[in-house]
Amino acid sequence: MRELAEKLAGRYGAREWRDQRRDLSSVTVDAQRMRDVLTWLRDEEGYVHLAFATAVDEIERKAFRLTYAVHNHGTGHGLLVHCEIDRERPVMESIHRLWGQAWTYQREMKEWYGIDFPGSPRVDEEFVLEGWEGPPMMRRDFDSLAYSDATYAERPGRETRDPAAYMKEKLYPEADA
Amino acid sequence: MSRAKIPYVPPEERAFPDLDSGKYLVMWQGPNHPGITGNMSLRLVIEGDSVVDCETHVGYLHRGFEKLMERRLWMQNFPLVCRIAVPEPDFNEYCYAAALEELAGIEIPEKAVWLRTLSLEMIRLASFLMWIGGQAGAFGHGTIAQWSVTMRDYVLDLFEELSGGRIYHMYIIPGGVRADVPPGFLRHVLETMTVVEQNLKDIELVMFHNAVMKMRAVGLGYIPRDWVERYGITGPNARAAGVRRDLRKDRGYLAYPRLSFEPVVGTESDAFERARLRLAEMFQAIDLIRQIVDALPAEGAFRERLPNPLHWRIPAGETYVSAECTRGEYGFYVVSDGGDKPRRVAVRGPSYTHAVSVMERLVRGVNIADVAGLMVSLHTYPPEIER
Repeated sequence: MRELAEKLAGRYGAREWRDQRRDLSSVTVDAQRMRDVLTWLRDEEGYVHLAFATAVDEIERKAFRLTYAVHNHGTGHGLLVHCEIDRERPVMESIHRLWGQAWTYQREMKEWYGIDFPGSPRVDEEFVLEGWEGPPMMRRDFDSLAYSDATYAERPGRETRDPAAYMKEKLYPEADA
Repeated sequence: MSRAKIPYVPPEERAFPDLDSGKYLVMWQGPNHPGITGNMSLRLVIEGDSVVDCETHVGYLHRGFEKLMERRLWMQNFPLVCRIAVPEPDFNEYCYAAALEELAGIEIPEKAVWLRTLSLEMIRLASFLMWIGGQAGAFGHGTIAQWSVTMRDYVLDLFEELSGGRIYHMYIIPGGVRADVPPGFLRHVLETMTVVEQNLKDIELVMFHNAVMKMRAVGLGYIPRDWVERYGITGPNARAAGVRRDLRKDRGYLAYPRLSFEPVVGTESDAFERARLRLAEMFQAIDLIRQIVDALPAEGAFRERLPNPLHWRIPAGETYVSAECTRGEYGFYVVSDGGDKPRRVAVRGPSYTHAVSVMERLVRGVNIADVAGLMVSLHTYPPEIER
């Protein structure tokens, strides 16, 4: 895989190549070059399968880290291609013309993280959160417990426990605090 | 030559019919409909009795698993992950456990490797038995569903004996499996396989040599070969299109490299071919279970000792672990920042593409009576889309 790493670095300025397993590596590229990188990987290097695309909220760095997982069936090698975009103005190029299912992942990232993909089909339509009016729910500063407490009333007669404390009390009473 | 009985529509071409023209009817199929797999809706635009446009709507069973997992300890997520896919929870358990083990540098004992493989093949068979009942029912053969669900219950009996749970097993845990096989279990497995195998032969006779089934399923939902890469199609849907890919062979995880089997590959790529292929994979699963029972080590540890789960911190890193489930590539992308909870867990279910992008295109031109049969032939499962 060293050859691929060098090609990516030379052509697209890719960095932080890391071999996680014999059949899985990761690399980081600039967000502006992501579509070119994925097109090249698909058309020239045999990474024809897009397994998934998702985001990680790097709130401490005020960024979203996007991950595109592509796979080469010929070599059996998978590649996690990362890039980072600004968390305050999260916009990313769409890859819906590269893979027929990519628009769904982009629609999900728009709804869950608030990342826009201009031109992606139906990207502004609700995906799984029908009638949702809160902030994008997968952002780390969205506190789902506080939202739930503020939005829904407790049903009377139920006792609520903190799961971690309850597990410790029942299963590992001898564990250190 | 293509067996498709509907005209090919290029994937990017969407009809966008004029709904004010009075020629079309908008009809929702689901979320409560016997022909819908799970809680999902299809918004169909109908002209006469043919579908001209379709949108898949999901979210009826969104439970926020991925968000919840970021709030819970690594080990606390185990009762969550299995619930992402009800018919085959074990694939979730395996992918999550394997990802944690990889990040934490844990090797599992030999016996656990075999017991995990046994568990995955047993749930593969159980899930296919549930599917074949739905597929037969969608084409009017309700009796087959009664047979196959009974057979699935026999397999669930085995899971109850092994793990204590029928639906959610929580058997595969980081470091190995939760328990060794109980006395007499392997004999029960072999006895059950004999019964299920005989029943599958009956199902094959009744379902696959049936004129109604052939008239309705042959040519329905033809997937062109080049769609496999274009849409990320995996599993039986891809193999029926002639693509020889099976993660059990290609990735060679657990004990699969030591088992004798070849991926089942089809040629015709329609609903009938996919059903025939899955039936062959059910017989294959029975054969694999017998091989595993023969090879299972009698002695040895079945799990590694783990750190205190309340204080277990996984070293910072990321990985993607996938497995071949009944519907295709099932995977977990796990990111750790070195803390006691996941930074991010993303679940990759094969239905994500099969039930949305592929379904929306395949259903155009199909008679409304065949929509349910087409959907089941893709073996979709909405909760793994919604998570």
